[in-house]
Amino acid sequence: MQKELIPHLFKTEYRKIISVLCKLFGIVHIEIAEDITNDTFLLATETWGLKGVPQNPTAWLYTVAKNKTKDYFKRNKIFIDKIAVEIKNSQSNSDELEIDLSNKNINDSQLQMMFAICNPLISKETQIGLALRILCGFGIDEIAGAFLTNKEVINKRLYRGKEKLRLANIKIELPNEKEIEKRLASVLSTIYLLFNEGYYVSYQNLIIKKELCLEAMRLNYLLLKNIKTNTPKVNALMSLMCFHSSRFNARTDEKGGLILYNNQNKDNWDKELIDKGKYYLNLSSKGNEISKYHLEAAIAFWHSQNIDATIKWENILQLYNQLLQIEYSPIAALNRTYALSIVYNKTLAIKEALKIELKNNHLYHCLLAELYNDIDSKKVIYHLEKALKIAKNKNEKKMISNNLKNAKCGQKLT
Amino acid sequence: MKEFMMIFRNEKNDQPKPSPDQMQALVKQWQDWIGGIAAQGKFVSTNALGFEGKTVSADGLITDGPYAEVKEIVGGYIIVKADDLNDAVELSKGCPTLLSGGKVEVRDVMVFN
Repeated sequence: MQKELIPHLFKTEYRKIISVLCKLFGIVHIEIAEDITNDTFLLATETWGLKGVPQNPTAWLYTVAKNKTKDYFKRNKIFIDKIAVEIKNSQSNSDELEIDLSNKNINDSQLQMMFAICNPLISKETQIGLALRILCGFGIDEIAGAFLTNKEVINKRLYRGKEKLRLANIKIELPNEKEIEKRLASVLSTIYLLFNEGYYVSYQNLIIKKELCLEAMRLNYLLLKNIKTNTPKVNALMSLMCFHSSRFNARTDEKGGLILYNNQNKDNWDKELIDKGKYYLNLSSKGNEISKYHLEAAIAFWHSQNIDATIKWENILQLYNQLLQIEYSPIAALNRTYALSIVYNKTLAIKEALKIELKNNHLYHCLLAELYNDIDSKKVIYHLEKALKIAKNKNEKKMISNNLKNAKCGQKLT
Repeated sequence: MKEFMMIFRNEKNDQPKPSPDQMQALVKQWQDWIGGIAAQGKFVSTNALGFEGKTVSADGLITDGPYAEVKEIVGGYIIVKADDLNDAVELSKGCPTLLSGGKVEVRDVMVFN
């Protein structure tokens, strides 16, 4: 049990300690905060390995982090002269440096760090990387695994990102009322991408995938807990993620293969998450704005309804129509065309699909193969062959080649 | 790609106002057509116009109604992206205005630098 406890504890406590220290030192000294946090965990690994895990490991970590911070202050005269004075001045009239690791300050610091990191100044990729490192406590190797790249690339990327934030002297604080809406949009899109990274993107490691989704939801939950950031849009994104993750266990088989929506065992859908999705969807309906998160959450709501009624697909089609007007995306365009085939008919959907310029997208050809099923078996084979050539993901390739094999034997797609 | 505006024109008619169900069906028709343009990544913006309006003339005369001296009434517009005018005209196919005997005027949007 201890073997599992420690990595988990490291992850949750790492992100708490580092956020509090970053907040204390300011983004300019983010490296000091990182060094102290890393040293703390290094000491924990060494000491706990020899002497066993202390009774209250969290308290142990906090004490060590506090002591290391104070030591740092003592050792580094320049730091004392310049920064410590500032920090002390900003703190209420105590002589002793306070390192506040209370729940409230941890939550506040994490929330403020979220805004500091999800800054449009740095690329989305870097934002996600930094979020995983600092807000989620992921190791560099785990982040590299998530991005299908190596540690050096991630280290460089994070370093450059931090450099940019440092140079711009980004403040670690909640934006003011005027700006919060705009800045929140950037935070939400990072959370949304983080979730999608776990939900759609194609690494083989299922555990990491699921963890990315959970982390995205946890970060979103932090936003919901603060009255300033608990907006309809934030609720809509939460709702969307609840609905999607309700199918997490139903969409993969034992070998990690993907099970398509139509073939999923509905009993494996998580009812509790579906209910949560509905709960947040209701909360998101306050106010007049309909964001893409609202529309995607509403689509996900209909997908979570295990009914085969026309009303379901009519609603989905209309929601996709609206979504595409707010923001075009290839996947929404393809899904809309699929909905069209159910609400009207396949012939009409094929006509519309052929107008879409996505010839280099394997899903486009998968969709056409699906639409030509029952209509033109040669076209089915043609499009599956195209799809197979373009697809990169192993699981998808396997699924497409299975379908192709069946199509060549004259069987219909399932 | 350039931007083009389609202006929807209908003859003024005295038919009774559509029922809520008919309205609903009309909205779906429009949304399906616009959704088809959006699915090609060619949608920019759209607006439907209501029935309220006045027309202001140069001599200061203000007349009731948006359709002072013409028989046709502009019902709305959509701005789309297209390679050229022919491509834009192609996009107008299936526009619900055409189904009810109206006209779609396709115009290029001028860009001033």
